[in-house]
Amino acid sequence: MQEGAPIAGAELCGVWDDLRAIAGAENLRPGEPGDSVAGVQPEMVIEPANETELAGALRCINAAGLAVVPRGGGTKLAWGNRPACANVVLSTARLDHVIEHAWADLTVSVEAGCNIQNLQNALGCHGQRVAVDPIWPERATVGGVLSTNDTGTLRIRYGALRDLIIGVTIALPDGTLASSGGKVVKNVAGYDLPKLLTGALGTLGVITRAVFRLHPLPHNVRSSTLMVRDLEAANRLMLAVQGSRLAQTGLQARFMAGLGPEVDVRFEGTDAGLAAQAEALQKLADPAIEAVAADAVWQAREKLWSSPQKAAIAKLSVVPASISGTYSRIRDLADSFDVKWSAVVQGTGLGWLRLEASRSDAIHRVLITVRTELERAGGSLNLLHHPADMPAMDAWSSAGDAFPLMLRVKQQFDPRGTLNPGRYIGGI
Amino acid sequence: MDARILQEFRAITGDRGLITSPEELKTYECDGLTNFRVIPRAVLLPRGTEEVQSIVRVCHRERVPFVARGSGTGLSGGALPVENGVVISLARMNRILEVDIPNARVVVEPGVINLEVTERVAADGFFYAPDPSSQSVCSIGGNVAENSGGAHCLKYGFTTTHVLGLEVVLPDGSLAHLGGKTLDTPGYDLPGVFVGSEGTLGIATKIILRIVKRPECIQTLLAAFDSTSDAGAAVSGIIAAGMLPAAIEMMDNLAIQAAEAAVHANYPNCGGLLLVELDGPTAEVETLMRQVDEICRQCGAGEIRVAKTEAERAVVWKGRKAAFAAMGRISPNYIVQDGVIPRTALPRIMSEIERLGAEAKIKVANVFHAGDGNLHPLVLYDCRIEGQEHAAEVLANRILELCIEAGGSITGEHGVGEEKKMMMSKMYAEPDLETMQRLRCAFDPDLLSNPTKVFPRPRLCGEQPGEYRPHPLETAGIAERF
Repeated sequence: MQEGAPIAGAELCGVWDDLRAIAGAENLRPGEPGDSVAGVQPEMVIEPANETELAGALRCINAAGLAVVPRGGGTKLAWGNRPACANVVLSTARLDHVIEHAWADLTVSVEAGCNIQNLQNALGCHGQRVAVDPIWPERATVGGVLSTNDTGTLRIRYGALRDLIIGVTIALPDGTLASSGGKVVKNVAGYDLPKLLTGALGTLGVITRAVFRLHPLPHNVRSSTLMVRDLEAANRLMLAVQGSRLAQTGLQARFMAGLGPEVDVRFEGTDAGLAAQAEALQKLADPAIEAVAADAVWQAREKLWSSPQKAAIAKLSVVPASISGTYSRIRDLADSFDVKWSAVVQGTGLGWLRLEASRSDAIHRVLITVRTELERAGGSLNLLHHPADMPAMDAWSSAGDAFPLMLRVKQQFDPRGTLNPGRYIGGI
Repeated sequence: MDARILQEFRAITGDRGLITSPEELKTYECDGLTNFRVIPRAVLLPRGTEEVQSIVRVCHRERVPFVARGSGTGLSGGALPVENGVVISLARMNRILEVDIPNARVVVEPGVINLEVTERVAADGFFYAPDPSSQSVCSIGGNVAENSGGAHCLKYGFTTTHVLGLEVVLPDGSLAHLGGKTLDTPGYDLPGVFVGSEGTLGIATKIILRIVKRPECIQTLLAAFDSTSDAGAAVSGIIAAGMLPAAIEMMDNLAIQAAEAAVHANYPNCGGLLLVELDGPTAEVETLMRQVDEICRQCGAGEIRVAKTEAERAVVWKGRKAAFAAMGRISPNYIVQDGVIPRTALPRIMSEIERLGAEAKIKVANVFHAGDGNLHPLVLYDCRIEGQEHAAEVLANRILELCIEAGGSITGEHGVGEEKKMMMSKMYAEPDLETMQRLRCAFDPDLLSNPTKVFPRPRLCGEQPGEYRPHPLETAGIAERF
């Protein structure tokens, strides 16, 4: 038994030795409480240097019948359900390079462990960016953001991660390194696996690198905040902006406890274009009071996670015209159960809700009721964070009749259930 | 085909929904790619989802391969029938089911024509963005199968960007709803893999589309350059200036000549023609258009025209949209390719294509989406001249190899289909293809849905329960079991 190796069954010892041979002793250590996922503490943590080592480590873990938690920055490990089993944290921390920034082609190839801020800084040297604004960009990695499909305010103009990713390389549990897509934006050769992996929570393969299409950084940016009378007025304004000829790159409503609703609108472009749109917005929004937006409004979503011990945070999806109906229902339910609520809702209909109360069973009641009603209307509610003592509920909304197909996909890619078992939809 | 099976089909679709006469079957023997022809055993025309399910259940039970077909305008042989299989035409399922303007969503049956969607929502100031040149005849279902693009996908994205959800009949006849009207539906992005799967994963029977608000102002600039390299330099300049036009198209002299002969496009007779379209708020477009004009002049543009009205723009686009069809005016036969290269490789690849063409004594006309590096080299030949057809095929393949070598793709829009499946082994390594096949096994383990397309070697998915029955493709020696 090597010094520092976990004291456990023969399987774990054998795997420990194999992993040490693959990544080196200094890149393998026993798991600690800080490595836990939903209270399940893995026995080991490995940090391979590159995708070949990562694939080798994964094959070895899979062959031994152990369970893997892929980890980038670890910012969203609490998303999803409790793992059925978690033996090894497979960290992408050392796969952090920007491989190639082909700026003249507007593409970048980057390793999965590179954090978003570092990536954007590198791209900024040529006046470009990946047009996505996830939360915690200074810690969240490319792989993690893709696997959780965490998109922000830029989505309304530039699309989701699925629209920005053009190529991906993954390590499958049997050790295969497979690539799909390529380095060019237009490519319909073969199946679109980059999309399959986006939002898959690492349950089909571990992303080792991704290729993104890029956009130029805007020359000028101008944002306005409009104070509106109530939820209905906020929804009407957002729909009016979307139905107009304005070319907004950000459109959100903030419903904060104790404050009137506010709608933020962002424009990018030439000075002339911004001036004309600001004027058009004023006319459209009348009689709402307009002010120059504080920079921080576009980080409002991240703020929902401040001091979250007694709070639940959920991601909701509804159609844009249902925003006020949905959130007034939430307001009424929350009031009746003595739960405080706040939300940041994008013009696309995606929203993040925070519920807070001294009694977590009240929070639970509100979440379950809202989820049932949303699903009936074709929407969804996924739980991202909850108080430790809240009664259990599935983190994911239902996939309906598509679930058997999803299960078959999982079985094809990960037949032994090595990757994040139990954390994904329907217990996958 | 077994009379008993035909009888079952007839009971499902009615007499008018079943075609079995040889003369009529011939109409379905190929799609827009006429080099490959296969007569199907029967053609079925279901009227709705239940009929599609019933048909597919029979096919599944009897192990009859099937190919779904929209308008049959595809250019890669995606709708080419499979030996001993049937064609399921979605042409009768052509209703627009729902138009939801406040939420910018439209629900359609697969046989709806692409342009019909835009026509339906135009009065409310919307349009359906993916605009392949065949949009007045191609179907949404076909667009879904191929993930069709068009000139405006530079800014607006492809079909997959605009499909939010699908009702799909899986190859065993069961129904699954992938995605939905809201964003980020729970679970795997199955709509994302279904779009562009070229009919190999099932049949879409309802599609939820996203429509886009028409911008305030659209202007198209046309600029004449002495060569395609000069035009290419202008494109680089536009990208470097941080602009994202709605479309950037380029045509070389041969293509210009063809367009003139066919539709009298009245383009300037030059070495390289550039079309740059900008859209957005009026003040923004006018400012940026002045910049584009300046960049073009700096790169040596001679004549520059700016089209500002709908009518002016239609005239400017007429020649470009008619380009493929126009080739018939200057050549008896042609092969159209659809390779993609990184945009910066354009000048190098263009001169390489010219060199190869001169070597083979074959002319190549070039039309391409210059903004995203999607080339459409039109390899012109006369099949009556001995050896020319073969030389043209060799050249077309060599051009695709150039694209792969440059880090691009063998297909930007037209799909792999039948035509380019052998090239898949050059573009992707074995593990990559094998991983994609795993996905196929999840949807179509019995390999019945357009089974011979996309992949160079179809692979059957492991053991089937019950008595062993060889798959028709195994018997034909095309497939291997793994």
